[in-house]
Amino acid sequence: MMGANTIIETHDLTKIYGMGDIQVAALDGVSVTIEPGEFVAVMGPSGSGKSTLMNILGCLDRPTTGSYLLNGIDVSGMNRTELAGIRNQQIGFIFQSYNLLPRTSALKNVMAPLLYNKLEKYGREERAAIAETALVSVGLEDRLHHEPQELSGGQNQRVAIARALVNDPVLILADEPTGNLDSKSGEEIMALLHNLNIEGRTIVMVTHDPAIADHTQRTIHLLDGRIEKVVENGKKRTEKVDHELH
Amino acid sequence: MNFTEFLRLAWDSINSNKLRALLTMLGIIIGVASVIVMVSISAGTEAAIEDQITGLGSNLIYVNASFGRGMLSSGSGSSSGGLVYDDAFAIADGVSNVAAVVVEMESSENVRAGQVTLEGVTIQGSTADFPSVRDIDIDEGRFFNDQEVERKQKVAVLGSTLAHELFGDSDPIGQVITVDTTKLTVIGVFEERGTVSGVDFDAKLYTPITVVFQKFAPTQFARLMGDRVRTITVELEDPAQMDATIEQITLLLARRHDVSLDALDFSVTTQQDIIQTQESTTAAFRNLLAWVAGVSLIVGGIGIMNIMLVSVTERTREIGIRQSIGATPNDIRLQFLTEAVVLSLVGGLIGVIAGIAAAWIFGQASEMRTVIIPSSVFLAFISAALVGIFFGFYPANQASQLDPIEALRHE
Repeated sequence: MMGANTIIETHDLTKIYGMGDIQVAALDGVSVTIEPGEFVAVMGPSGSGKSTLMNILGCLDRPTTGSYLLNGIDVSGMNRTELAGIRNQQIGFIFQSYNLLPRTSALKNVMAPLLYNKLEKYGREERAAIAETALVSVGLEDRLHHEPQELSGGQNQRVAIARALVNDPVLILADEPTGNLDSKSGEEIMALLHNLNIEGRTIVMVTHDPAIADHTQRTIHLLDGRIEKVVENGKKRTEKVDHELH
Repeated sequence: MNFTEFLRLAWDSINSNKLRALLTMLGIIIGVASVIVMVSISAGTEAAIEDQITGLGSNLIYVNASFGRGMLSSGSGSSSGGLVYDDAFAIADGVSNVAAVVVEMESSENVRAGQVTLEGVTIQGSTADFPSVRDIDIDEGRFFNDQEVERKQKVAVLGSTLAHELFGDSDPIGQVITVDTTKLTVIGVFEERGTVSGVDFDAKLYTPITVVFQKFAPTQFARLMGDRVRTITVELEDPAQMDATIEQITLLLARRHDVSLDALDFSVTTQQDIIQTQESTTAAFRNLLAWVAGVSLIVGGIGIMNIMLVSVTERTREIGIRQSIGATPNDIRLQFLTEAVVLSLVGGLIGVIAGIAAAWIFGQASEMRTVIIPSSVFLAFISAALVGIFFGFYPANQASQLDPIEALRHE
């Protein structure tokens, strides 16, 4: 599934907003290293720069200075089209508000990243088959043709997870994945992420909930655009969590 | 992503909001339909004029009386009495290349035959060559000859409609009809000829022009003027010699009227002059229609651009989602561009159908003739596609330039 490369390696990332005299550093020299198979939480109060860090790690944004190697590839100097390719093939996003395409079935939502994959050109049948497998793996085999508005929050988030996995990315980025869910659905989603990690997926998750962060092996605390501290949570990724879907 | 996938995306999006799609296409539909209808109307008009040209006979010269100085300012040097009946004979005898000469003079009288009385029938005074010059055939009996014209014989030839109205199914030949107070004997009936250049040949009564001069001159004044005529129609043997013949006629009449060549009291027009006037009128008409139709296509395109711009704003979040899962700026641009082009093409197709239907209905329901020109249908459809690409490009480009983070944050 993945090579021996370090998944994330950043050096002195800065992101400066504003022009002229008034400049705000959302990130002020962040260096992070994340190895394959790690499950890492990013925490911090609002304004600490965790969203900015996630955007840069997710190749949605570019740092002002500093370097970012993703899976051994320097992405800090890439243009918009190249970054789109990286997002498509190397990264799977899971958002707090699911961000599924409206009025589009679960199957078509999961097929969409395959459509934009310029390395592997899948036919329509092939795309449907891959997407179906992904949806089955998150326990939605009987919801393939439901549209987002017909599904519960937990089910929508599972569609989003299936979509994140479909191009076999090296990194899963989850931004408050349980933020919009009740505690039961939240537990299910965390169990799913946990099992993905056990299968070898590298996951970086932003959260403000210490209980959720506790599911991970390591928590990076951000404050004012800098890393305040890194806490080892003492979890080992071999502990498989029993979970129940539906 | 290949082209069919963009098409599928566009189709899904159009399908998910059919009303918006229809409203977006409305401008294009109207634009394309109006191009087709307007071109078909002007083509129909041109075809009708072409028919009239052949209908009028193509090698005719008209000598018209012009009411210039010689007529109105009495005693100012001109001894001319204007264009007179005898000028026709002078032309027939004195000019080469003349096949036939016809003089016409009209009046409007009540006509009675037995119990039937028709009011305001056009009495057309004419000469023996009328059927050949006007290209109209006798159905029954015969037309009057030169002797009958000269001797002012009280004979009549009826247009087919008029004959039917006066006599029904019975044979009109040899019957006596009363025109005003003058009795005329019917000697012939024309075949159906129809309406040419707004003149209904079938509704007229034809009689020697000398009879009209004597009995039916429309006013007392005209009666005093004697044999003055408005138009002498000359049919040529060889149309190629037209210019030389016009010169001969001009010199002959100038001498007869005793006027100088720069103060003529008549003018000579050819069939060609009339055709050209009509053609230039239609060409102007056609250009105007094409402009109007073209403007409506552009308006339709602006409509597409408006809705696409609104659509880009409305779907900002969708764009952000697509960007986050790996859509490149070009993917986004092509998605919206395809959508605009598909809307234009579907609109264009509906417009083509609507335009053809409208042109057909228009041709059936009105006097105007419509001819559907395939190239105009093709051109309108292609224009619609081009309009879609042109006006779709700006919104599509706007969409492709959206920042993914901003777009994802958009509510």
